[in-house]
Amino acid sequence: MEKAVRKERRVFMTGNEVVAWAALAAGAVHMFGYPITPQNEIMHYWRRLAPEYGRGFLQTEDELSAGFTAIGAIIAGKAAFSATAGPGTILFQEPLSMAEMMRLPLVLVVQQRGGPSTATVIYSQQEVTLACFGGNGEGMRLVYSTASHQELYDYTIKAFHHAWSYRFPTLVLGDGYQAKMREALIIYDPAERGWEAIPAEPILGPERIQGGGRPLLHLRNAFSVEEELAEVLREHLDDFARAAPELVEYEFTGEPGAEILVAAHGIVGRAARAAVEELRAEGRPVNFFRAITLRPFPEEALLEALRISGGAMLVVESAVGQFGRMARLAVAGEPLRSFKTLYRPGVGIAAEEIKEAVLA
Amino acid sequence: MSELSMPRCWNRETKPHSFCPGCGHGLVLKALGMAVDELELAEQVTFACDIGCSLLAWNFFNFPSLQTHHGRTIPVMVGLKKADSKRVAVAYMGDGGGYSIGLQHLVSTAVRDDPVTVILVNNTVYAMTGGQMAPTTLPGQKTETTPFGRDEAETGFPLKGPELLAGVVHPEAYLARGTVAQVLRLKKTIQKGLETQRKGHFAFIEALSTCPTNWRTNAAATWSFLEREMSDYYQTAEIPH
Repeated sequence: MEKAVRKERRVFMTGNEVVAWAALAAGAVHMFGYPITPQNEIMHYWRRLAPEYGRGFLQTEDELSAGFTAIGAIIAGKAAFSATAGPGTILFQEPLSMAEMMRLPLVLVVQQRGGPSTATVIYSQQEVTLACFGGNGEGMRLVYSTASHQELYDYTIKAFHHAWSYRFPTLVLGDGYQAKMREALIIYDPAERGWEAIPAEPILGPERIQGGGRPLLHLRNAFSVEEELAEVLREHLDDFARAAPELVEYEFTGEPGAEILVAAHGIVGRAARAAVEELRAEGRPVNFFRAITLRPFPEEALLEALRISGGAMLVVESAVGQFGRMARLAVAGEPLRSFKTLYRPGVGIAAEEIKEAVLA
Repeated sequence: MSELSMPRCWNRETKPHSFCPGCGHGLVLKALGMAVDELELAEQVTFACDIGCSLLAWNFFNFPSLQTHHGRTIPVMVGLKKADSKRVAVAYMGDGGGYSIGLQHLVSTAVRDDPVTVILVNNTVYAMTGGQMAPTTLPGQKTETTPFGRDEAETGFPLKGPELLAGVVHPEAYLARGTVAQVLRLKKTIQKGLETQRKGHFAFIEALSTCPTNWRTNAAATWSFLEREMSDYYQTAEIPH
């Protein structure tokens, strides 16, 4: 398989193009896709570039098929992925739930669009709950929320590595603005940043030796009794909890004694960062927190950030509390001086609005 | 069952199997086992079963096997085959999985001529869930959701899968319907289906089967329903296309 990116270079691309290049650079082997706006160009670029680098593509009959064909390729030991949005993310919950139960490293890029239903093809942060907890289980997924094209590139690469290393399905959240907007970034060969090949191997087969030296020949999702399931889930939940401290990522800027903490994720985090920088320049001691992993959630870091921000928090998101609920829950045991929200479902949020909300 | 009558590729640790007495799944899986043994394909086969009664086959064989979701077995095997073309991919499911919730996958896979072998067990009911009407329930047949008999004016006529696919498949694809009443013939049909996949084409075999538990039939009535009513409606043959 030929390397797609050999030399580090500065490029100016749309977010969708970035994702295609990141998946190629990471060493993903197959994409299985179904058209839905605003993620289509991920498929378009992948489809055109894939033959050049010995990679495969299949346009499936729907998102269910895209998810399950990717699962089939993963079981055969190949790094496979898909991309979707909106109602497609709903359909993807079915393959994602199978991937959670079987610990399959399914990678899915979600370019969030407005919801519910078909709503807009443009933008939102309304797919957070679905991305984190959309399955009929406990949300055992890794979910990255990206704030720039550089992060789309970096975290798409990371998603493949961590999915295969930790064996949890992994989602990279972007949005329609990021998907369609051009921005400068550096693309690079992941090997030069310490990422070796994706640790992909066949999931099922005589070469996979399990406990007792037996080959792993049989995989199932259905169990006969509650206790049997509980035992399997306990193991998965323990693995998730153990991995969480290694996986959580966030951005924090601030100092003790601040009057408030502004918390956000994704590109709203950029607006929040800009607002905080302006406020600080104006002499207002305001702190800034951006969650990068939404699953596992950076609970302790947020709690610590809140503590040094005087127990006051403003949560900002382009949804009505999908991120806010997770943030509030993370600090549930902490006495709060104030908890303010700026929720704009399916609508972008500018730094000025955030400044106003802080000062209100 | 004697040593001699058990296919070599069967997983003996899981026998006797857990299908109901009189269920036809064991016979379909025996035909598949014999076909794989005779073609010496046990090293190459990856087997996936649906949910519903077919899930009970998840550890039936010695080859790599997995259980998927309702109707999603075909795409899993299509993806597996795309990733590793040396494998022989067998997708095993019931009529609800293949003809109802997963029909889009069956038709699309047939259209693309994906080289996988699909074996679909037609027992005219959703069996694991307690005997509801399936796409294959015969006119007048009583099920939990057609307690007065299937009314074709309301629910349409039973779906004939291989005939449906005949309109869309590649000329080199293989379509057939067999029956557990003729296991050796069913085995030959499955062999052709496996060979078709190895030549790079799509193969689909429907197997007429029995469900005395949900039909609420004794042995004689079970066999009679299979051999008369079902075989009258569903032609057991290779389906020209």
